[in-house]
Amino acid sequence: MTTLTPTPAGPPDLTPDSTADTRALLAGMDTRRRVTDKVMTGLVVASFVIALIPLISVSWTVLSNGLDRFNLNFLSVSMRGVFGGMDAGGIYHAIMGTLEITALAALISVPIGLLAAIYLVEYGRGALAHTVTFFVDVMTGIPSVVAGLFAYALFAVVFGPGVRFGVVGAVALSVLMIPVVVRSCEEMLRLVPNELREAALALGVPKWLTVVKVVLRTAIAGIGTGIMLAVARVIGETAPLLITVGVIDSINFNVFDGRMMTLPVYVYRQYSQGLVPCNDPAAICIPTINYDRAWAAALTLILIVMLLNLAARLLTRVFAPKTAR
Amino acid sequence: MEGFAGRAFRWTATGAGALILAVLAAVAVFLIIRAWPAMSARSGELSEKINWFPEGQSLLQFIGPLVWGTLLAAAIALIISMPLSVGIALFISHYAPRRLANTLGYVIDLLAAIPSVVYGLWGGLWLIPKLQPAWAWLADNFGWFPPFAGPASDPPRVILSVSLVLAVMILPIITAVCREVFLQAPVLHEEAALALGATRWEMVRMAVLPFGRPGIISAAMLGLGRALGETMAVLMILSPGALYSLALLKVGQQQTIAANIALQFPEADPLGVSTLIATGLALFVITLVVNMAARAIVARRKDFSGAN
Repeated sequence: MTTLTPTPAGPPDLTPDSTADTRALLAGMDTRRRVTDKVMTGLVVASFVIALIPLISVSWTVLSNGLDRFNLNFLSVSMRGVFGGMDAGGIYHAIMGTLEITALAALISVPIGLLAAIYLVEYGRGALAHTVTFFVDVMTGIPSVVAGLFAYALFAVVFGPGVRFGVVGAVALSVLMIPVVVRSCEEMLRLVPNELREAALALGVPKWLTVVKVVLRTAIAGIGTGIMLAVARVIGETAPLLITVGVIDSINFNVFDGRMMTLPVYVYRQYSQGLVPCNDPAAICIPTINYDRAWAAALTLILIVMLLNLAARLLTRVFAPKTAR
Repeated sequence: MEGFAGRAFRWTATGAGALILAVLAAVAVFLIIRAWPAMSARSGELSEKINWFPEGQSLLQFIGPLVWGTLLAAAIALIISMPLSVGIALFISHYAPRRLANTLGYVIDLLAAIPSVVYGLWGGLWLIPKLQPAWAWLADNFGWFPPFAGPASDPPRVILSVSLVLAVMILPIITAVCREVFLQAPVLHEEAALALGATRWEMVRMAVLPFGRPGIISAAMLGLGRALGETMAVLMILSPGALYSLALLKVGQQQTIAANIALQFPEADPLGVSTLIATGLALFVITLVVNMAARAIVARRKDFSGAN
C-alpha cells in the first residue's frame, strides 16, 4: 500500500519543488513494488518451467533407452527359459496379464461406479448421499498397497494364505478404480441439462427410463471418457499387483488360477534383477539386459497410458457437439 | 407413481452407493482380521518366527520407525512440492494467457499419467547418479544443519532423493486443486485491487491467496496423503534402514511402510504377512485421517464460500 502524507485542505501547493518531491516519493515506492512484482512473476513462471523438467526428462529417458529393445519380437515372446544375459525375452505374457486384469477390474468397477453416480445425481438426498460423496473422496486417497493388502486378506479368508491369482489383483484395482469412476460419471451426469429430464418426465416417461434412455444416452461420451481415464490411472498400478498376482515368467491366460505377470510388475522385476555378471566370453551376454528390458517395458506401458488418454480426449471431441446443448 | 422396474432401479443404484461405504468398511475389517495374529502374538514370538523381524522388539517398536520414515519422506516431498505447485497454479490461473490455460493444465496433468513404476525406474537409473554432486555440495556447505550432516552417500539412494521424486509425483494433484480454487477467486476483488493501483503480485497476494488459503491447505493434505502411500518410487530408490533418523543424505536410515510391505510381502510366511498387514493398517489409518481432514476442509469451504 502506498501511504501518502495527508495534504492540507485548500488549493494544492504546486511549486515545481513539491511536484518533484511527490514524483520522487511515488517513483521510489513504485520501484520497490515493481521489482517485487517482476521477481514474483519470474518465480511463478520459473516454477512452471521447473515442473516441465521432470516431464521432459522422464519422457526422453524412457524413449531413448526403451526404443532399442522395443520391437515386434519383444512384444510377442514371454520370459520363459530366459536367463542370465541372454539376448532374448519379451513382454507378451505381461501385456496379456495387464489387459486381462485391467479389463476385469473395469468390469467390476464400471457398473458399481456408474450406478453409484446415478444414485448420487438422480436419487441421492439426505445423510446417505452426503456420506457416500464424502467417502468416495476419501477412498480416492487409499494407498494402492493397502488396496492390494485388502484384496489379499479378502481372498485369503476363502482360499487360505498364499493366495495369488488374477481376480485378486482385479479386485484390488477395482477398489482404486471405483471412486475415480464415480467422480467422473457424477460430473458428466450433472452436465446433462435438467430440461431434458423435465421434458421426458412431462411426457409421462417413468423416472428410471428417463435416466437410462435420456440422461445416460446424453452423457454417454463423457462417461466413456471418464472410464478410459480411470483405466489409464489403474493400468500403471504396481504395488497391489505385486502383492496379489505375483510374478511369473511364462504365459498364463487364466485369471482364476495361478500367478500372472503384468507390465508394471515386469518393469519392477527387471529393474530389481539388476546388472548381469558376464564371465564367459564365448556366450552372448549383455550386462544391462535387465535394465534394457525394463526401459522397453516402461515405454510400452507409457504408450498404452498415453493412447488411452488420447482416445479419451478424441472421444470427447467427437461427441462434444452433440452433448454441448 | 413408481412401478416395479422403477423401484428396482432406484434400489440398485442406492445399493451401489451403499456398497462403496461397505467396501471401505470391509477394507478396515479384513485388514484387522488378517493383522490379528501379529497384533495378538506374545512378546518375542514375532522375532522368533520371522527372519527379517528385528530381535527382541514388539510389533509397535517395529512399526514406529516405519511410521517415522513414511512421515519424513512425505513431509519433505510436501515442502519441496508446495511452493512449486502454488506457483504453477498461479501461473496457469493468473499469469498465462487465458487461451493457453487449459493446455498448460493438461501438460501438468500428464505428470500424473506417468505410472509410479516408471518414476521409480527413472529415479533409480537416471536421476540418482546426477544427484550425487548436489547432495555432496549440500553436505559440504550445510553440514552444520543436522539433517544435511555428511558425508553424503554415494550412490545417493537416500531419503532426500526419494522425496524429490515423490514431490514430482504429488505435484499434479496439488496444482490441480490450487488451480481450481484460484480460478474461483472473486473477479471483483481482483479488479478492485488492480483499480487501486496494485501490481499483479499485490493483487494475487491481497485477493487471490487469502481467498484460496483453505483450498491450498486441503491441496497440501491431499498431496501428503498421496505421498504417504506411494510405494514403487520409494522401493526402487531408497536403501532402507529402520532408525528414527533425521539424516537425509545417508543410506540405510529410514524405510516407509508401503515400500516395506512391497519388499517383504512376496517372500513372507503367514505370520510375516500378518505383521505386514498390521503395518498396512497403520498406513491406512494415517492416510484416512489425512484425507478426511483434507476433504472436510474442502467441503466446509464450499458451504461458506459466498463468492459464487
